[in-house]
Amino acid sequence: MAAPPAREPCPAPSAGDTPPAEVLALRGLTRTFPGVRALDGVSLSLRAGEVRALVGENGAGKSTLIKVLTGVYRPDAGSIELHGEPVRFGTPLEAQHAGISTIYQEVNLIPLMSVARNLFLGREPRNRLGLIDFGRMHREAAGTLSGYGVRADVRRPLRSLGVGAQQMVALARAVSVDARVVVMDEPTSSLEPREVETLFGVVRGLRERGIAVVYVSHRLDELYELCDTVTVLRDGRLVHDGPLAGLDRLSLVAAMLGRELGEVRRKGTTEFSGSHQAAEGEPVLKAEDLTVPHKLHGVSLSIRPGEVVGLGGLLGSGRTETAKAVAGALAPGSGTVAVAGVPLRTGSTPAAIRAGISLLPEDRKSEGIVPGLSVRENIALAALPRLSRLGLVSEARIDSVVETFMRRLRIKASDPHQKVGELSGGNQQKVLLARWLAMNPKVLLLDEPTRGIDVGAKAEVQKLVDELAEDGLGVLLISSDLEELIEGSDRVVVLKDGAVVGELTGDEVTEDLLMRTIAGGAEPALPGGTAPGGEVAGR
Amino acid sequence: MTTIHGTSKGAPPPAPEELLGDAPGGAAAEARAPGTGRGERLSALAQQHGALAVLVVLTAAASLGFDSFATGDNFSNMAVSSAFLAIVALGMTFVIITGGIDLSVGSLFALGGVLAAWGSRYGTVVALLLPLAVCGTIGLVNGLLIARARLAPFIVTLAAMLAARGLLLTLTDEGAETYLVAEGSFLAELGQGSTLGVAHPVWITVALFAAGAVVLRRTRFGQRVYAIGGNEDAAALMGAPVARTKITVYAVSGLLAGLAGALNAAWLASGVTILGAGMELEAIAAVVIGGTLLTGGLGFVSGSLVGVLLLKVIQNVINQIGSLDSAYQQVVSGAFLAVVVVAQTWLGRRRRVL
Repeated sequence: MAAPPAREPCPAPSAGDTPPAEVLALRGLTRTFPGVRALDGVSLSLRAGEVRALVGENGAGKSTLIKVLTGVYRPDAGSIELHGEPVRFGTPLEAQHAGISTIYQEVNLIPLMSVARNLFLGREPRNRLGLIDFGRMHREAAGTLSGYGVRADVRRPLRSLGVGAQQMVALARAVSVDARVVVMDEPTSSLEPREVETLFGVVRGLRERGIAVVYVSHRLDELYELCDTVTVLRDGRLVHDGPLAGLDRLSLVAAMLGRELGEVRRKGTTEFSGSHQAAEGEPVLKAEDLTVPHKLHGVSLSIRPGEVVGLGGLLGSGRTETAKAVAGALAPGSGTVAVAGVPLRTGSTPAAIRAGISLLPEDRKSEGIVPGLSVRENIALAALPRLSRLGLVSEARIDSVVETFMRRLRIKASDPHQKVGELSGGNQQKVLLARWLAMNPKVLLLDEPTRGIDVGAKAEVQKLVDELAEDGLGVLLISSDLEELIEGSDRVVVLKDGAVVGELTGDEVTEDLLMRTIAGGAEPALPGGTAPGGEVAGR
Repeated sequence: MTTIHGTSKGAPPPAPEELLGDAPGGAAAEARAPGTGRGERLSALAQQHGALAVLVVLTAAASLGFDSFATGDNFSNMAVSSAFLAIVALGMTFVIITGGIDLSVGSLFALGGVLAAWGSRYGTVVALLLPLAVCGTIGLVNGLLIARARLAPFIVTLAAMLAARGLLLTLTDEGAETYLVAEGSFLAELGQGSTLGVAHPVWITVALFAAGAVVLRRTRFGQRVYAIGGNEDAAALMGAPVARTKITVYAVSGLLAGLAGALNAAWLASGVTILGAGMELEAIAAVVIGGTLLTGGLGFVSGSLVGVLLLKVIQNVINQIGSLDSAYQQVVSGAFLAVVVVAQTWLGRRRRVL
């Protein structure tokens, strides 16, 4: 299947003429996974040369939509039409042959193989003997890539290129397989600003050639710079579809987060008490200038004992990365973390745990619980060194700790020996919480503690967070649920593109202000990098 | 100094595309490549040609040190005894580049030998085709289980290793029966004869390696083998038929092990049941010593040939030192392998491939 790399450019869309032909139409796509309706009757239309932004928070259904579109998943209901013809893709290869190419967030190429081989894998030019004609392949590869601003020796391994150049190679490959529609899943998440410019240039070139683009990104600036139209998904449903130009940022953020503008509810449906006794004294956690290439740019934050600090921002704004950098799970390039005034070695989980930092990770399945082990074993896991003497584990001490926390956190299990995998999501989360509480932490970092658990368990976890703060713990709360964030936090630090863009305290902690700050350009937002909490900026 | 040996000899071509590229010289190109300094290139060179350099040095030293080493007889003996392991290692090279492993080849080698000897009474065609068919089929089943049923290569081929060994014992009445290859038959000629002073198994090995090098480097199939070992998920997303490629690779590995066994039986004039035990590990060692990454994605067949020769020369040298127990061969080979793997890992980290 030798696809011709060049093709006649389609007429570029221009004002006044009849609108360009519809290339792709998704109608009423539905896809259900056990217990979740990931896509619920979503429709989307793409015209030639259109660049459409696809946005939504975690769990909105973006990735499911992309996977249905690119043949990874089959839809349960709904249809896909390409150039007016209904199509069904069984594999990514079929979608590619039909002209739908995808560039994934993580570069999906072969690092050890040469640039040219990556570009041509599966369609290498061959000589009369059927052997690969490397001379021609290298000439063509160099020619193709120069159009993408990549000037590198195409015979060198792909990994010798920078991430941006690799992303360009992926893009060149995606387009050169005769694509009519190019799907880009957060293509800029690992690019330098200069590389982002090059990418934008390429996308504009695609638009002129009449190739339709679906552009997924969390960076609002990019969307407004590049995209013509926008599709907003939330909880698997289409919540907005229209031109981007007529939509201001605040409305876009409101649509993504599912909030009405001006809707300000100080007290809602959560179980948070609303306020803790004014937290005072020296901060128990002080992180300064945390920088991780491509992810965090000088994030500072501090938490006092008994305080719940919310971390707000859109998906991809650096919330999880901040928590991980503080907890040592992500090694920062620079920056410091201190617990109760004592600086600790960054990038080391054991050091962070010893210092009293506990992280409840976002993805409890892959990063938290051990489903095959019992409730008791899961709780005792991290605390084993503390519960043993001379390397021998004291069963009695484990029993007492496990019993204490099962009662205190109201963990519903038939007995301590039940496998954690058999518990409900909420109880699994509580087991994880118990594991870290058994370590006697000073600081608790909670990354989306109530995601994916039912309403009742959610309320209980929220109540627990309150109680823990009352007991003097410093809590960092990350949540995509605005209500939870606002009602649970004493302060909210807002991140955007890996930097602190604002902080809300006291009466400022409202949904309206939070959304304005997230959308950017709101008044109460402090300049990025200011140390929060009224602390002296330690620079 | 050692690297100069490696390049001037030029035995393992340093990736054909570097020879075939139309762009002039490496200097300008290298200047552009970011973050790939001189040290990294040296590491790459050492990783690809280190074994060849050691082989040259060891051979030269042994030639000077032992009168009986650099003789025509000794060399041709070494060449023939290397041939069988080399054919097995050729198939193993493909398997390892895809990121897999094939532990069944030792058993298949023995099975191929016994089947060839047993079949030789029904004529040469049966004697050659029977081992190829049986061993190729077992390899194919390995491939199907690994690629379609997604079982771990280690377990699947371990099972095949035990099963083939069992089949072998059944065929030979628990090893009590030995089948002989008829004297003067074509099969015997294939194993024992020579042309232009070079034994036939050696010719066959050279031809197979030439074909293997072309297939791996210059065909789309070969590119897929690298791609799968480099990043299987990416290869699948790029449209490579991953399962088909893996199945082929294991089938060929089984086929080559059977062929090597048949040739060995022809050479020995009988099918010997106890052969091939531990041969899979020797083949893996040769492949790894030859510069192929055990994690897949990087490697070349000429390196495996060098790896086999190196193992055999080490063996021979220890035999030349009469005072050393031949059991030390394995100690030295093992130690050498350990050094190679450590060096490879270290060089690989320098090149940021591991």
